[in-house]
Amino acid sequence: MATLLGNSHRQGRSSLGQPQANRSAPPWRERVPWKRITPYLLILPAIAFELLVHVVPMFVGIWMSFIRLTQQYLSDWQHAPFAGLANYGKAVDFGNVLGHQLASSFGVTLAFTVLVIGSAYLFGLSAAIVLQRSFRGRGLLRTVFLIPYAIPAYAGIITWKFMLQRDTGLVNELVVHVLHLTDQPPFWLLGSNSFWVLVIVTIWQTWPFAFLMLMAGMQSIPDELYQAAVVDGASDWQQIRYITVRLMKPVSMVLLLLLFLWTFRDFNTPFVLFGAQPPPQANLLVVNIYQSSFIQWNFGLGSAMSVLLMFFLILVAGVWALVRKAADRDA
Amino acid sequence: MRESVSFRVFRWIVLIPLSIFVLVPLYAMVTSALKPLRDVQSAFQWWPEHLTLEPFVQMWSTVPLGKYFMNSIVVAVSATAFSVVIATIAAYAISRYQFRGRGLFSGVVLSTQMFPGVLFLLPLFVIFVNIDKSLGFTLLYQTRLGLIVTYLTFTLPFSVWMLASYMDGIPRELDEAARVDGSSAMGALVRVILPAARPGIIAVSVYAFMNAWGEILFASQMTNNQTRTLSIGLQAYATEQIVLWNQVMAAAFVVSVPVVVGFLLLQRHLVAGLTAGAVK
Repeated sequence: MATLLGNSHRQGRSSLGQPQANRSAPPWRERVPWKRITPYLLILPAIAFELLVHVVPMFVGIWMSFIRLTQQYLSDWQHAPFAGLANYGKAVDFGNVLGHQLASSFGVTLAFTVLVIGSAYLFGLSAAIVLQRSFRGRGLLRTVFLIPYAIPAYAGIITWKFMLQRDTGLVNELVVHVLHLTDQPPFWLLGSNSFWVLVIVTIWQTWPFAFLMLMAGMQSIPDELYQAAVVDGASDWQQIRYITVRLMKPVSMVLLLLLFLWTFRDFNTPFVLFGAQPPPQANLLVVNIYQSSFIQWNFGLGSAMSVLLMFFLILVAGVWALVRKAADRDA
Repeated sequence: MRESVSFRVFRWIVLIPLSIFVLVPLYAMVTSALKPLRDVQSAFQWWPEHLTLEPFVQMWSTVPLGKYFMNSIVVAVSATAFSVVIATIAAYAISRYQFRGRGLFSGVVLSTQMFPGVLFLLPLFVIFVNIDKSLGFTLLYQTRLGLIVTYLTFTLPFSVWMLASYMDGIPRELDEAARVDGSSAMGALVRVILPAARPGIIAVSVYAFMNAWGEILFASQMTNNQTRTLSIGLQAYATEQIVLWNQVMAAAFVVSVPVVVGFLLLQRHLVAGLTAGAVK
């Protein structure tokens, strides 16, 4: 009944079209400090969903890393035995198979990330610089370069997988019959080749994002700066070095952090290329965690590894913040 | 403006290899989608000898692609719609109100971006299973609703951040005038802020849709045969005895076209949104 009343009053108010109309509202409406709680009501839906999908699961995840959550306890998780630090112990025991796997996976992931973001940034920066001034074909190239980013990840990666097939793929046709580099068509999705394949396919998908961010950033550089530089007799190279690259430093810092965080926890590329069990040379951390959780059904161990991964990423972001602060002071 | 010869040479040294790198896979995808099966089972042909549209017909019956398509559309459209509406309202609060906890909210929302998805996947899996168990029916676990709820929160932090920065650029006098004229907070948001923030909202929608359309990790565990989306469904061709590569390529092409076309049409807004939001 109370809600009914409230509704009828609200309707009356909107038909009058005057906010002051709530003088006729029931007393409880006057006591509620609408002005103060409005912002909280506005962020409430966002908070509710963030809590359900991010914040609560994060704490549950941390808690799960301390219990022995194997398949038999999955739907009865309240009764899973407490494991203390046993899961962490197992994860970092490098003498053990699992610990050894995690360590080597960490190394692979780090090398992979550095190679991918280094190349993606370099490609993106070069392309953004040479496409900054208008010339014939600029619009078309800009559009083409963004396609690998726009394409759904799985569609792009599965195309690469097709190209890398040993007997029917484009890559071996190129290597063996066009370039005559070898007589024996190599396997690309096995052994040490798989690492390089993983790096190249990930660069293909990632670099357009670097290009997009840097291109957007460069649009905010005022034209007058370049005009003044030309008047002063600066060459194209000096303009790039002293204006473009220098002014892109803040954007580059944010971009490199984003690329690091995304690439370091990449799952899509190895998963589509190799399935849930990639060759050890291409075993990225997240796939490794996925495997111990969903293939071996050891959620406790998987959670412990995830927490370690999270701490590593927080550490990286912290170091990044310090570096940026130092850079700001110098500037 | 005159350009030096060395810069012009450098331009093509950069552009030609990058164009080849980008275009070769796209070329392989499109031409192979038009080849009969026997031509993709032998050595790769640069120029397709026989062209056929059959893979585009057969791909729908080899695996239930239509069902996957429908699931992806329902999930991606709903997740995008909810995410954008919720993010717009929250961004409005952050941009226009001073309130206690404002900094904390932005901080928490942004820092969730940093955590690996796999850290949420395991607990979310367990939480969904247990919510359904206590409800007595399947609401979230391996349903489209569960996937929608998950995806909408993925894009929420970035969307809130970008829209709030975008709205900061809209003069306050505009909505204050509307408030004086008797609009409520929501009225000012709908009548004044929404039209002015359109490029930002479009950018955020594109981002949210692409994210939901392409997500793989959660889709691999949070869907079953009935709710499978394209990201996992496309791999079903590869579990057959022989991989029907021409159909895989045809399907990859068909699922890419809507997103790529939409993205390229709206990329101008995306660049504008990025310039206002992320690039500060």
